[in-house]
Amino acid sequence: MNGASLLVKSLECENADVLFGYPGVSICPFFDKLTDSNIHPVLVRHEVNAAHEANGYYRSSGKPGICVSSSGPGATNLITGIATAFADSIPLIVITGQVKSEHIGSDLFQEADIVGACESFVKYSYLVKNASLIPKTVKEAFHIATTGRKGPVLIDIPVDVLLEEGFDFNYPETVNLRTYKPTVKGHAVQIKKIINELSKAERPIIMVGGGVKLSGAKEEVLAFSKKHNIPFVSTLMGLGIGYEDNPLYIGMVGNNGSKYANKAINDADCLIVAGARVADRAVKQPDLITKDKTLIHIDVDPAEIGKNAGPNIPVVGDLKEVFDELNCFEEQFDFTDWVNRINSYKMTRVGNKEATNLYVDPKEFVYELSSRLKKESILVTDVGQNQIYACSNFVSQGADFVTSGGFGCMGFSLPAAIGAKMGNPDKRVISLNGDGALQMSMCELSTLKQEGLDIKIVVFNNKSLGMIKEYQHLKYNNNYTFNELNGLPRFEKIAEAYDIDYRECHSNDEMEECIEWLLNSKDTCILELNVDRDAFTCMNM
Amino acid sequence: MKRIFSVSVENRFGVLSKVSSLFARRGYNIESLTVGETHDPTISNMTIVSSGSPHDLEQIEKQLNKKLDVIKVRTFKEEDSVSRELILVKIKYTAANRSEIIEICQITKAEIVDTTDSNMILLLCDTPDHVDKFIDMLKKFSIIELSRTGTLAMKKCK
Repeated sequence: MNGASLLVKSLECENADVLFGYPGVSICPFFDKLTDSNIHPVLVRHEVNAAHEANGYYRSSGKPGICVSSSGPGATNLITGIATAFADSIPLIVITGQVKSEHIGSDLFQEADIVGACESFVKYSYLVKNASLIPKTVKEAFHIATTGRKGPVLIDIPVDVLLEEGFDFNYPETVNLRTYKPTVKGHAVQIKKIINELSKAERPIIMVGGGVKLSGAKEEVLAFSKKHNIPFVSTLMGLGIGYEDNPLYIGMVGNNGSKYANKAINDADCLIVAGARVADRAVKQPDLITKDKTLIHIDVDPAEIGKNAGPNIPVVGDLKEVFDELNCFEEQFDFTDWVNRINSYKMTRVGNKEATNLYVDPKEFVYELSSRLKKESILVTDVGQNQIYACSNFVSQGADFVTSGGFGCMGFSLPAAIGAKMGNPDKRVISLNGDGALQMSMCELSTLKQEGLDIKIVVFNNKSLGMIKEYQHLKYNNNYTFNELNGLPRFEKIAEAYDIDYRECHSNDEMEECIEWLLNSKDTCILELNVDRDAFTCMNM
Repeated sequence: MKRIFSVSVENRFGVLSKVSSLFARRGYNIESLTVGETHDPTISNMTIVSSGSPHDLEQIEKQLNKKLDVIKVRTFKEEDSVSRELILVKIKYTAANRSEIIEICQITKAEIVDTTDSNMILLLCDTPDHVDKFIDMLKKFSIIELSRTGTLAMKKCK
């Protein structure tokens, strides 16, 4: 057996069923041996999308996404996707081919120091110098990627190591890393302090972040909130945890969030931050969340606690474990008065259908679309105005919400939707895109066709880079330079070229009909929304 | 605020670069960094002297602990440590200033470890403060080359 076979067998032992990749000379031995396996390779059209697809795959299946590329440009093309996953703590196994060991460092054709280049975007990286180390490396990589604070792990393998012959396959049963033992169980004393604090608090609130999804703690957190009648808000990455019909769910916080959710945070006297890193977009002024209130911060990564705001009660641990422990306490509190007070701030949503005959109102569209989505759906957004429209008008009724939160990577939606569909074929996957973003990821329409996937694609076409335009409006005196996307393709023709159903929604009048068409069409389809190029999200930048 | 980090790491290729890139990436200051193998050949020890606000120093410790190749991070203030630094200085001398240089060596307990008829190499192993003073004293002479190891430090025995 050669190194490539050891790699394939190792991935099989980790129950891999799908991987996303692109071939090249130094990774060819791997794809050669992959034909003997049941692992299904998805041939992407650009390597960055292999990483985004692996990202989407994890988010819908809960299994680490695997992406594979060749050396040099193939590997460096992955970097943006690796960094995107890293910023959102998404476990990826990234495998790159490398030039022959003896030539490393000699600037050979298609050589890149990918391990060095990725250092600040990966949780860990390996350069495998001996084929016998492949099984151990893969075992460790999956363990590292999926435990503690999750994240991408890079395995760089020179082509001669893949071709090295004469091995028997033995997959290690356990991992023994003396330097890596993430704290999973929360400290009992700290957990007790939370209960003590709640006994004194009058206006507690929980802020749920992406960490709640990553640790699978959704049920535990909801149970805790329900038990004590503690209201909760969500960050962008935590969207999908709270449902509209839950009276304790107050909405999304941050500069794209709702005013009342932000007000609720400000008025609280005890804030429990659960799996959120107090990022700049969620909490614009970290000093405010420590002022006049007790801050409790629960996170699996000790380095996140106190990074942006110093908590009174830090708790390091996996959220599922910590909330499990919290739910075991007999004490029961009731904050109904406080919940009622917050609900009194909640304003009835005012629709925005003024421009009915001319354009589609994107806020109204997201509201109407997401109102029709339940547990069977995954809504994937891109980055730009579509992301802001989506997160601030998303009606959560069980559908999951997938977005590039930390890194804000344009071109994420379509490939992530492909990955999400591959990871969970039974779900209906909807990909929201701006006209700018779709032009970055459009090549993946070909991947989608090759795989025969059914993805509902929406394009918010305002013929410009709206988010930047909004920024230029606010900060640069309406100097809309370098922004108008002239030469925009006709998306109808793009759809035709890929043999995909297409429809344009010209104005709000057609909105309901178009949404029904989108959701009920039997196959992949593109719905183009005619959006006013002067429509703003009114994000608080 | 100055702080010393004594960091045990896996003795593997690339680890020095991973640790130093962490400082570069997050904008932390490195005043000095020394590294060498310990009595256990699988472990190297790095002594890193850094400075920053208390918040920065706490973050440095946490971020170091997060690195998978880091086995243990010990951190202490300069005054709680025994710290030494070694310096080699090659200077040009003349008959006129030779005795003054020898006098400085006697006061500071530096050694003359190599000489020719015009150059000599001085060696001093002392606390980083004394090494700084030693350099100040030599500044009026013609320094050809100067090299210092950076601080090696250990927390004092209690």
